[in-house]
Amino acid sequence: MIALLLRDLRLAVRAGGGFGLGLAFFLIVVVLVPFGVGPETAVLSRIAPGILWVASLLAALLSLDRIFALDYEDGSLALLATSPLPLEGAAMIKALAHWITTGLPLTLAAPALGFLLSLAPEAYAYLLISLLIGTPALSMIGTFGAALTVGLRRGGLLLSLLVLPLYVPTLIFGAEAVRRGADGLDPNGALMLMAGITAGSFALLPFATAAVLRINLR
Amino acid sequence: MLRVENLTCARGGVPVLAKVSFAVDPGQALILRGPNGVGKTTLLRTLAGLQPAIAGNVSYPEDEGAYASHADGIKTALSVTENLKFWADVHGADLPDDILDTFDLADLRDRMGGTLSAGQKRRLGLARLGVIGRKVLFLDEPTVSLDAFSVKLFADWLQNTHLAAGGVAVIATHIDLGLAAPELDLTPFKAAEDARGGSDEAFL
Repeated sequence: MIALLLRDLRLAVRAGGGFGLGLAFFLIVVVLVPFGVGPETAVLSRIAPGILWVASLLAALLSLDRIFALDYEDGSLALLATSPLPLEGAAMIKALAHWITTGLPLTLAAPALGFLLSLAPEAYAYLLISLLIGTPALSMIGTFGAALTVGLRRGGLLLSLLVLPLYVPTLIFGAEAVRRGADGLDPNGALMLMAGITAGSFALLPFATAAVLRINLR
Repeated sequence: MLRVENLTCARGGVPVLAKVSFAVDPGQALILRGPNGVGKTTLLRTLAGLQPAIAGNVSYPEDEGAYASHADGIKTALSVTENLKFWADVHGADLPDDILDTFDLADLRDRMGGTLSAGQKRRLGLARLGVIGRKVLFLDEPTVSLDAFSVKLFADWLQNTHLAAGGVAVIATHIDLGLAAPELDLTPFKAAEDARGGSDEAFL
């Protein structure tokens, strides 16, 4: 399993790996929003939690179709399925690798970009925590969606349509936690619900992903 | 070591082969013959467990099967050694020292997968079989895009290393590998064409 994780990380950072794609997208969206909305800090700081969460969600979505498509095309997926590695474990590792190359950089970059949107100072800690808890769920749900569309050529559109509704709860609770943090309210309820979504998706979706992959490999 | 009884397998839900039975003893290879579309690939994928059989039994020691097709699973952004090391790690095996020499890859060890020629990629894909240490090999057209010299290299490895160590191989191929192995023509096992227009449809 470690070998698969290391291989995926290595592939992501090498030429053509797509590492940084999500991060660049995140940066562009957040930098452009003040130009579109106008420079009033009151407006910006009110919409900042939502913008930051929507932008990171879309950035995570951007690289989902690479999770299995490349391995499917070059035959690695069939070889992995016949290897001693359980497919459930491979699915979890794939989600983890996606999170390390996408969710984690987004989480670390978010506070700096929150500054551009004049996010309330009290909210920075909650922005970091909510993204840290929430983005793994985005990767795991996305991995499941990627498995569903793995055999399809240009399955990206279908993948987005399938995955976006599943992302909505995470988005709602994530943005809510940051907003409550900014308003000085107690954000623990939203954070816990989001942690529940993350834990639940990591508990269940690897099995669903493996089952779907087996069907798609036939 | 490998025993197949009354196997019926399907491609895209349409049965292509019915009631295939054969057995392969340790140290033996079996060559599958038959025209394009008869179901050689389908049979091999079913044997390897990538798709379920409609009926019949396949038995070989658990966790000993390995499948290889024209899609080698080679990562273009990894070097030759890294590609092999990955599959060795996944299978919990060590990289044998002589494997690169056996498949004439020693000079290419640090080349990226993407810069290899088709034949070199094929040799790398076959070298994977020598790394993972599995006893029962299901090989689908292993010699595509190999030159005569490389075919000889591969046949020698198969005969002198894999089969000599008690391994088994089922090989679908159109050329003569020079192995002393029985051949099985799949044409007589072709499933009756059904009303939906026959099996070819599923391949398109």
